[in-house]
Amino acid sequence: MKTATIHTLHRQTSDETFNVDRIRADFPILAQTVHGKPLVYLDNAATTQKPRAVIDAIRDVYECHYANVHRGVHTLSQRSTDLFEKAREKVRRFINAGHAHEVIFVRGTTEAINLVAQSYGRSNVSSGDEILITAMEHHSNIVPWQMLCEQTGAVLKVAPMNRRGELELDAFETLLNGRTKLVAVVHMSNALGTINPVQTVIDLAHRRGIPVLLDGAQGVPHLRVDVRALDCDFYAFSGHKLYGPSGIGVLYGKEALLNAMPPYQGGGDMIRQVRFDKTEYNVLPYKFEAGTPSIADAIGLGAAIDYVETIGIDTIAEYEHRLLSYAAQRAAHIPGLTPIGTARDKGAILSFTLERIHPHDIGTILDHLGIAIRAGHHCAMPVMEFYGVAATARASFAVYNTFQEIDVLMEGIQQVIEVFG
Amino acid sequence: MLDEIRDLYQEVVFDHNRNPRNFRVMDDATRKIDGFNPLCGDRITLYVRLKDGVIEDVSFQGQGCAISTASASIMTEVVRGLTEDEAHDLFQTFHRITTDQDHEIQLEELGKLAVLAGVRAYPARVKCATLAWHSLEAALKEDAETAVSTE
Ligand SMILES: Cc1ncc(COP(=O)(O)O)c(C=O)c1O
Repeated sequence: MKTATIHTLHRQTSDETFNVDRIRADFPILAQTVHGKPLVYLDNAATTQKPRAVIDAIRDVYECHYANVHRGVHTLSQRSTDLFEKAREKVRRFINAGHAHEVIFVRGTTEAINLVAQSYGRSNVSSGDEILITAMEHHSNIVPWQMLCEQTGAVLKVAPMNRRGELELDAFETLLNGRTKLVAVVHMSNALGTINPVQTVIDLAHRRGIPVLLDGAQGVPHLRVDVRALDCDFYAFSGHKLYGPSGIGVLYGKEALLNAMPPYQGGGDMIRQVRFDKTEYNVLPYKFEAGTPSIADAIGLGAAIDYVETIGIDTIAEYEHRLLSYAAQRAAHIPGLTPIGTARDKGAILSFTLERIHPHDIGTILDHLGIAIRAGHHCAMPVMEFYGVAATARASFAVYNTFQEIDVLMEGIQQVIEVFG
Repeated sequence: MLDEIRDLYQEVVFDHNRNPRNFRVMDDATRKIDGFNPLCGDRITLYVRLKDGVIEDVSFQGQGCAISTASASIMTEVVRGLTEDEAHDLFQTFHRITTDQDHEIQLEELGKLAVLAGVRAYPARVKCATLAWHSLEAALKEDAETAVSTE
């Protein structure tokens, strides 16, 4: 059988030092059954599961160190502050930012982009100016810019992609002009898996003096990110897609830009001195961190980064790539299956449709086989419209997934087809 | 091995999904409404011809999952010939059997609709089953030109 050959081939080439069973043992949630079948969790682009190291780190904060940060003279407050700031330093190192104060803790990618749109956008964008995004953006890298455009009279421009789901760089370049005030591009698409040529995007924009924001929600968990090598101006990501807690994320911004930007929200922590006639704002990063932050979650994110670094982000990327190639090869043998998103540079996401079977039905039936996938528009309705589908089914992989789980998925898809006859 | 989901995907559901009844545009409709489920992108256009408060004809077009297609198809069969009030009562019954976990269902009194009662075990799919019915409710109201959404 053809598929069996492919399978052995891949297992043989797998790196002996990479022990997925040991990694799986780090994730308590994976060892369960759903509808009587072993859980096969393939909804990692929506959110990833948490290793024990992260769960323990959060429990440890609450059991031993917890107090508010930056406020108390007492011991617990000092300890919490130290752990919180250590987490910021871990993020800085992980994305290779120049300074820890360029790392702003926010709730997630969505909040990071809204922060830039409202703070940078409202002070730099005016009527007739343009914001340039791409055809494959997540709603969270569309709607904040539409809101900004409504507020300022600016215009949202969209760079096209081809049928594979690859950005059309020539068209992108022709859309850059004197009115373009910001470029906002997804690093890796959650709906298609496309990895964008962000270095080229940044170079093209910078040649014209235009700053670039990267939506790194999917980039950070699957690719090595070096914000200084990229020279991007803003980089946004979420902790929960990187094996960390939900409720915490990061906006990286270049110091000079952040310093020139007005605060996003007002409140405690973000001020230096408050008088009724005038308030002086705090320095970076606190200027953008009004109110009590998600203290334990930030520390949990630090633990997630430690965890990822013990495996190595390059090892993770390489392993996931093998999972993806295997899944794509097996999927190609299923009659009636159409992959959506076939970019040549692609991350661990397999989006697909089945002839005459709606993704929601696929999702419900696979769930009964213990397989968790996402069915829907993936918060990227314009992408669905581009491909002329209402929705797709999406399997997305993480470091703890196995080749055997892909076999289970493919057999599950065959069963869906059988059930629907 | 997929026996457990047969309570949701009954043969009748597959049948209506493959061959939806009254799946056509109606040129002489007195009411027409677009229903949309933003969660999954399902769309339905419902056509109703009302005469003297009675549903003379009803049909639909659209793109959806098996549950929403079968539900729309079955609905068009059961509401034809009903008065507006009777259709409204049936909407309420249907809504109750698909959403109210505590309510004991009398399958007999549901007739054809009974095949969709299984959806109540699948909260994520209830909106698929009720999209057509919400569209009908909206169509029977006066402001039938606006779109309806199950979100
Ligand atoms: C590409 C992309 N951008 C942005 C987001 C939004 O992230 P969050 O919901 O964590 O703010 C997601 C996650 O769904 C995503 O995949």
